Amino acid sequence: MEKIKLTIDNIEVEVQNGTTIYHAAKKIGIDIPVLCYMNLEHLNIENRPGGCRICVVEVEGRRNLAPSCSTNCTEGMVVKTHSLRVLNARKTVLELILSDHPTECLVCSSSGKCDLQSLAQKLGIREIHAVENAERSTYRKDCSPALNRDMDKCVMCRRCETICNDVQTVGALSAVNRGFMSVVAPAFEQDLIDSPCTFCGQCVAVCPTGALTPFDDTSKVLKALTDPSKTVIVQTAPAVRAALGEEFGLTPGTLVTGKMVAALRTLGFDKVFDTDFAADLTIMEEGTELLDRITRYLGGDKEVKLPILTSCCPAWVNFFEHNYPCMLDVPSTARSPQQMFGAIAKTYYADMLKIKREDLVVVSVMPCLAKKYECQRDEFKVDGNPDVDFSISTRELASLIKMANINFNNLPDEEFDSPMGESTGAAVIFGATGGVIEAAVRTAYELQTGLKLNKIDFEELRGLEGIRTATIDFNGTPIHIGIAHQLGNARKLLDGIRSGLYNFHAIEIMACPGGCIGGAGQPLHFGNSDVIKARFDAIYREDASKTLRKSHENPYIIKLYKEFLGHPMSEKAHHLLHTHYFEKNKI
Amino acid sequence: MSSFKIQDCHKQTIKQICESFNNNPGELISILHKTQGEFGYLPEDIQREIAKNLNISVAKVYGVVTFYSFFTMTPKGRHAISVCMGTACYVRGAEKIVDELKEQLKIKVGGVTDDGKFSLDCLRCVGACGLAPVVLIGEKVYGRVEANQIKDILASYED
Repeated sequence: MEKIKLTIDNIEVEVQNGTTIYHAAKKIGIDIPVLCYMNLEHLNIENRPGGCRICVVEVEGRRNLAPSCSTNCTEGMVVKTHSLRVLNARKTVLELILSDHPTECLVCSSSGKCDLQSLAQKLGIREIHAVENAERSTYRKDCSPALNRDMDKCVMCRRCETICNDVQTVGALSAVNRGFMSVVAPAFEQDLIDSPCTFCGQCVAVCPTGALTPFDDTSKVLKALTDPSKTVIVQTAPAVRAALGEEFGLTPGTLVTGKMVAALRTLGFDKVFDTDFAADLTIMEEGTELLDRITRYLGGDKEVKLPILTSCCPAWVNFFEHNYPCMLDVPSTARSPQQMFGAIAKTYYADMLKIKREDLVVVSVMPCLAKKYECQRDEFKVDGNPDVDFSISTRELASLIKMANINFNNLPDEEFDSPMGESTGAAVIFGATGGVIEAAVRTAYELQTGLKLNKIDFEELRGLEGIRTATIDFNGTPIHIGIAHQLGNARKLLDGIRSGLYNFHAIEIMACPGGCIGGAGQPLHFGNSDVIKARFDAIYREDASKTLRKSHENPYIIKLYKEFLGHPMSEKAHHLLHTHYFEKNKI
Repeated sequence: MSSFKIQDCHKQTIKQICESFNNNPGELISILHKTQGEFGYLPEDIQREIAKNLNISVAKVYGVVTFYSFFTMTPKGRHAISVCMGTACYVRGAEKIVDELKEQLKIKVGGVTDDGKFSLDCLRCVGACGLAPVVLIGEKVYGRVEANQIKDILASYED
């Protein structure tokens, strides 16, 4: 491709033809401020509406200032990125944006993590020259069980719209109205709960302001912790331990399992358990279901539904309930690990403690916002009492730890409590794309063939490509497996099955980039694939470090079946560990 | 919001319109234009049906409908009133005419009376500046209108 030369701030730079000024400047270490612009490099998706005008620069010979995010370099171009004219223009643009923005930064949940706030700092805005009685746009606030929309704080960057439509293909959000009243909203400006939103929360993860924020239950958790009549237990999802450290300045990929357990104990939880225990349980149920379907299929049963789809990811469950209502009997009926944990905690464990389920409070720490919605689903409640009372995110746990003045990095490593804190390596890899199906294969292989696996690591199932396929040899029977992460890839995979392009026995789908490690409740990564990769590697390191790496070898799971559940897919297991799906009408 | 409930025959019409544009989402504006020509307005059910045919999100359809002022989600009255707010009409008191109409009909601009008789809209320059201010009711043009004539003009429409 043709190369061109230009000068930016007196530095000569050579770039490919077609490069924008913003990228050319970045190449020589000049970071032009942006607001609406977002680059998801690993997805090859750019959000570049060129709407905010914060990134303007001066181009010699050009009458007006140019938006650097959407202006291509030309041969011999002379660019100034911080002339007085540019700085004044940026300040004016920002003041205009701020003139229609609430000034409640002190109490805004995005304070300290807000791009708009950082820009105001950087550009030295000390006053907003508001015109008296100037018009302000105000909108109805929309609170869903997973995320809140406060569109008074929307700056129309449209990053959420790009994620929702181009990456996730959910289509819940679109820019609506025009001029002063323009805003990003669901169809007919209805509430998110009535829209096809899956609560994956990826929009929250890219919002530069406090317009889209997680639904936050941490104050209720604190209240429960101080209530002497309640026993409060906590479960932590596999992906949390691979990312929580980032909130305390540790390098992405630092495993903080032991410190996390210590911090939760210091916060006052009566027992610190692990969702990994329930992940092992999930494999017992889902793996058995998989084997049952495959055995029946190979035995000539044409009624059997294949491929079996995993059902651990609540955003994915919402996605197929909205988009594939004709396929509701295809996914595994196994509940997600979060919900299996809750169901066992409020029956088996509450009985063990001889307390009523109402007096046991189950808190989950999840990398996910959709989990907040999932634990409020009616089918996971008994007489109105939910199996999981509160689901908080990795970021919210970090806030609690900071609030309690816990010096996280200096904490000693502690162990999870028994029995629901014991798990295998198969459970921890649930946190990464491909992990659930690998865990299922480890168990299904041994149960099906009666043979011992020589090699536990199924490298062919691992990786960060959006869609992956592999065939595993079950002692002569080839089992075809498909894996997708991000809902847009899930859609491609499912459409590929419908059109006959693919033929699988089992499919794993996760809604977020990289699986749960890239969830919307995790420390924000803004699509940085290096961060995702580091967390991904950490998850497999934790797996490799475990003595037991197959779910069916977890002695506490074996005990749970012996003492309480009977066997996988028993009537009791069906009642407590399985669910059903509902058709949701797309708006 | 309107209480329009879509029927099978409506679905058939929308299907034909979408097919006439090869179900191409790039033709959304033309499809909406033609559909509004058919139904008079674009209620929620119709937007859902168009989205289904074009295999795009309803939010996207709604985004386009609310962006262009030509598209409307409220049905027009049997007698659609349009007040010209072009420069000539404006300086000769069109705003007073609009206020009077709002007062008499008890509706806002863009609204329709409860009995569906009248709807009120503003538009830009009908090219009859010599007659400013101008009001259109249906196809009929009223020129040099004064606020105190509004009551009689409205009374002349019986049903």
